[in-house]
Amino acid sequence: MSLLEVDNLTQLFSGLCAVSELKLALEERELVGLIGPNGAGKTTVFNIVSGFYQPTHGEIRFQGRNLAGLKPHQVSALGITRTFQNIRLWKEMSVLDNILVAQHYHLGYGLGGLFFRTPRYLKREKDIRIRAFELLEIFKIDQFADEKPTNLPYGMQRKVEIVRALSSGPKLLLLDEPAAGLQATDVSELITLIQWVFDQFDLSIWMIEHQMKVVMSLCSQISVIDFGKLIASGTPEEIQNNPEVIKAYLGDDQL
Amino acid sequence: MKRLSVPILLVILLSILMGLSYFEVIDLYIQTIILFMGINIITSTSLNLVNGNMGEFSCGHAGFIAVGAYVSSVLSVALFTKSRVFGAPLLPPELAAYGFPFVLIVGGIASALTGLLIAIPSFRTRDDYLAIITIAANYIIITAIINIDKIGGARGFMGMKRVIFAMEKCAEIPWMILWVFLFTVLTVIIIRRYMTSTYGKGVEAIRQDEIAAEIMGVNTNRIKLVTFMISSGLAGIAGGLYAHTVGYVNPKSFDLLKSTEALVMVYLGGMGSITGSILSAVIFTLMLELLRPLQIIKWVAIPLLLIIIMQFRPEGIMGHRELSDIFPKLKKFYKFK
Repeated sequence: MSLLEVDNLTQLFSGLCAVSELKLALEERELVGLIGPNGAGKTTVFNIVSGFYQPTHGEIRFQGRNLAGLKPHQVSALGITRTFQNIRLWKEMSVLDNILVAQHYHLGYGLGGLFFRTPRYLKREKDIRIRAFELLEIFKIDQFADEKPTNLPYGMQRKVEIVRALSSGPKLLLLDEPAAGLQATDVSELITLIQWVFDQFDLSIWMIEHQMKVVMSLCSQISVIDFGKLIASGTPEEIQNNPEVIKAYLGDDQL
Repeated sequence: MKRLSVPILLVILLSILMGLSYFEVIDLYIQTIILFMGINIITSTSLNLVNGNMGEFSCGHAGFIAVGAYVSSVLSVALFTKSRVFGAPLLPPELAAYGFPFVLIVGGIASALTGLLIAIPSFRTRDDYLAIITIAANYIIITAIINIDKIGGARGFMGMKRVIFAMEKCAEIPWMILWVFLFTVLTVIIIRRYMTSTYGKGVEAIRQDEIAAEIMGVNTNRIKLVTFMISSGLAGIAGGLYAHTVGYVNPKSFDLLKSTEALVMVYLGGMGSITGSILSAVIFTLMLELLRPLQIIKWVAIPLLLIIIMQFRPEGIMGHRELSDIFPKLKKFYKFK
């Protein structure tokens, strides 16, 4: 059984076919990529997987469980988290609070416990805080714990967003263009970071990326979609030499 | 010491207020103003939870105040006094002093349930639509009260003064000062605890980026309902206190003007700031009294002030900060969570 199975996925937006009959599978402990030209429907796929859209047809199974009808927070509780193309941290909250709130689904106390400050509530809050600090320390950003994310450089914000996604202990991490807007030096840092996350945490990573350097050096498998259709999949070398892919990116030479 | 400083201060303040009222150093008029301050603090901090922290725009806070006021008034009058409508007291009047907080809480629960009823359809929409739905709800509640003849309809409902007299039979102390003070402190503690918990920080996350919140595992729908219920429930308690302070309720006193007053207090104090809401409730109550000689012109002066504030300090007095954010050194002396 694969970790994630995408079966005949189709997404129509009032007639516009954003994703069409997409079939994919992700294994456990895999670092794979999803590429394609602008507007190919990559982010739509991620939005469907994270529960933000309900697909028109087809189904997604995560660890054998059908995700149909689940709300995004339920999907995230199952173990799928993501980052966003344009960083979506909560800007007026401290970095620490950002990490804390992302552990919302397993708080383990009720409103009664909250208002009466029961021992269980205090313990859980402490545990969550300790866990958040551990993560911040692992990623060496604990000195920014009380800082607002907007005061950090862009590359650091990316890092915080990845830490936030990791804080709920996911089994599948979706990275939506992690290198977007980064400078060349930051990009190589990001590559090391993603590889490190993959080695350290017990999870699979599925990433959308435009910068070939990132995808080619990280992913073991790459799927290419164009106009919502899967046009190729394989190892980075296979993809680089696939005529369909070259056509999708560079166009047909016979005009 | 740090842990005790706030409780000690509060006890001192309560004893001063009770003492001054008991020995009649301050007359009934000033006592009433102090009572209104407390009630307004509950009103503004509870509305602030929805409008400031959650970033929704609720305009019908007075509707929930009305529900709480009527439910607790009817209950306390029926339970503890002999009245024309409900006949002999259902419980011995000597119990009034002990039963009163429960009556208030029942009023609060009734308001919270009304809040839930309104929140379920309205949180499917957002922004402007929520504002419109809450205004409509405010009117529906008032119209409903006007049409229930048993509780006085448009004439209003009275008899709560007799509940106070019943309490005074138990002990001759200024009961309302005690209750208003206790429930004001309780409200601030409830809101403070809610907003400092990780659960409550989800409310802030919703205001800042709702989609990110949902995707990162925050059950946004549920949090919104819970927050709205807490807010309306506390408004109901404010209503119960108001009804027993004045001794008479009339549906007209809970119309849109009252909701607007609550909104003015929230925006004057600063969105999402508890300290700001407390400060603005106190200032606003004082201002209403000081401007009383202006009579109707008062309602020109106060909106004008609001315009001036929006012009020169749109974030309000405190602007999403608490006292400890402005004076970080104060943190050494108190701990309030």
